[in-house]
Amino acid sequence: MTEKALKLKSVFLRKQILKYIYSAKAGHTGGSLSCIDILNVLYNSVLNVDPNDFKNSTRDRYIQSKGHCVEALFVTLADRGFFPESALETLCRYQSHYIGHPTRKINGVEQNTGALGHGLSISVGEAIAAKLDQKSHRIFTLLGDGELAEGSNWEAFLSASHYKLDNLYAILDYNKQQITGNNSEVMNMNSIKDKLESFGWAVREIDGHNLIQLETNLNSGSFRKGKPNFVIAHTIKGKGVSYMEGNLKWHHGVPSPDQYALALNELNEAEALI
Amino acid sequence: MGVDKIDLKKIKNGKANQIVFSETLEKLASKDRDIIVVTSDSRGSGKLVSFGENYPQQIVEVGIAEQNLVGVAAGLASAGKKTFAISPACFLTARALEQIKNDVCYSDNPVILVGISAGVSYGALGTTHHSLHDFAALRAFNNIIIVAPADNFETEQVVRLAATSKKPIYMRYGKKQMPLLNENNTSFELGKGRVISEGQDLTIIANGETVYPAYLATKKLEIEKGLKVTVVSMHTIKPLDTALIKKLASNGKPILTVEEHMVNGGLGEACASYLMQNGFTNPFKIMGIPDEYTVTGSQIEIFNHYGLSEEGIYNACIALNDRQNNTN
Ligand SMILES: Cc1ncc(C[n+]2csc(CCOP(=O)(O)OP(=O)(O)O)c2C)c(N)n1
Ligand SMILES: [Mg+2]
Repeated sequence: MTEKALKLKSVFLRKQILKYIYSAKAGHTGGSLSCIDILNVLYNSVLNVDPNDFKNSTRDRYIQSKGHCVEALFVTLADRGFFPESALETLCRYQSHYIGHPTRKINGVEQNTGALGHGLSISVGEAIAAKLDQKSHRIFTLLGDGELAEGSNWEAFLSASHYKLDNLYAILDYNKQQITGNNSEVMNMNSIKDKLESFGWAVREIDGHNLIQLETNLNSGSFRKGKPNFVIAHTIKGKGVSYMEGNLKWHHGVPSPDQYALALNELNEAEALI
Repeated sequence: MGVDKIDLKKIKNGKANQIVFSETLEKLASKDRDIIVVTSDSRGSGKLVSFGENYPQQIVEVGIAEQNLVGVAAGLASAGKKTFAISPACFLTARALEQIKNDVCYSDNPVILVGISAGVSYGALGTTHHSLHDFAALRAFNNIIIVAPADNFETEQVVRLAATSKKPIYMRYGKKQMPLLNENNTSFELGKGRVISEGQDLTIIANGETVYPAYLATKKLEIEKGLKVTVVSMHTIKPLDTALIKKLASNGKPILTVEEHMVNGGLGEACASYLMQNGFTNPFKIMGIPDEYTVTGSQIEIFNHYGLSEEGIYNACIALNDRQNNTN
């Protein structure tokens, strides 16, 4: 995709996130908006996945460890044709598989997530299996920064470098906020780069809303032979809607009709400038 | 203590048990510096934002790390602090299960484990966020009291008693507003079931947020079928009030248990075990969430789907009553 097409896609996907959170009256708004550029680039420029042959064993894997931002994943998958968009009208409704977290009942979803701190270990397992089978597909995982406090991540960080998993890419949606407050107040993570490097990972730090930076780094191949890859993607929670940006209240939150209209206005304006 | 004594208008006045929990705890903490709350990015969902603002010296935040939460709480309790560890019930009792087993129960560190948004309170967030295993998992540990209060009164009592407990306690509750169930019965003891209403035809033993629909079902049974039903809020699952169960079962009439938990290993099976081993053959049924991929939807939709509703419990009582009549 061209840069322009990717940019237009990001705005469209942001509108879709808001549309379905608004209609479901539930959702993780801020975190979905902070990671949507990452998902856009993954699904439209990076991942080798086929909506019509999802189970193909040569596919790249994307495991969303921060499962609460399922809206970002669902709208991206729908746009790529993994399922009809109309399915999202059932989001969070009785007997729908489209619930508030990713589940494998849905075409395109690799793993059931929602409890934080599980995705990376599963990804390590997938990456080891790929190495054992001498397959060349890659494994991508999206982590939240608050999520990093779960000790299981650090166990997985150790094993990924122990097994030299250079086919594994962990992407951190570094929006610096969680539910209670800023990471720095809740549980200080400084410095993530130093920590990961000392755990044997090859680390790159990028702007998680810069689509070209995302594309370049995620498509570059392994950063250092024999090392797992870590991308610190600096992001803004609620990105794209001024009153949501950096505002803790929007970790989960459903816009009122007025707020929804305001958000769409802003996104339409942004779209016109592309 | 007739069923009519409950003023149903009170449902409007009822608060969510989680609000009562945090209000009570804040009151206690204002007079007792040794009360410490430990949270894992859970103070918002635990309704403890105001606690944190008013008593910053009495709250320890560990970030999203439930295993650390319980371990740290065990250390605080060991050092003499009256420690409340608060996290969604699903993560607290699954993620940190080994810390609960070893650092709390086995090591006898009297932590008060508080499972918020328990059962299927999180509705459409799905199975990762449901705690339908917690009674079963913790019942298999020695040295822990397990409580699921039904209404605001019970919740407040549990918090007050927990603050003085020398033994580990797990309490769990939900987010729904709960009406006061029996304003005449204001005695409360951990390990003693609370009788909500009395009748000779059938007994319902329930806990947590299922006691209220069970109670509503019995009103309807009385009016429409002339059936008089005893309802017990068996808030403490462990230790189980076997003396009360014995007394209730001795008339040979049907017993129905209801819980917001999987049918495996919870309140129902605890009652069944006692009844069977003590020679009771009353018609008996366990209502809960069946052993299947849980239906998706809101808490109410899930309750309705599995009959944990006024109507579902009403129908189950009639079926049990028919069974009783057919065997007679
Ligand atoms: C094991 C576990 N503990 C707690 C939660 C509840 N929870 C959901 S989202 C969230 C905050 C996540 O913060 P972060 O990882 O920074 O995500 P983001 O800011 O991208 O939304 C918490 C505590 C959970 N889903 N899983
Ligand atoms: Mg974050």
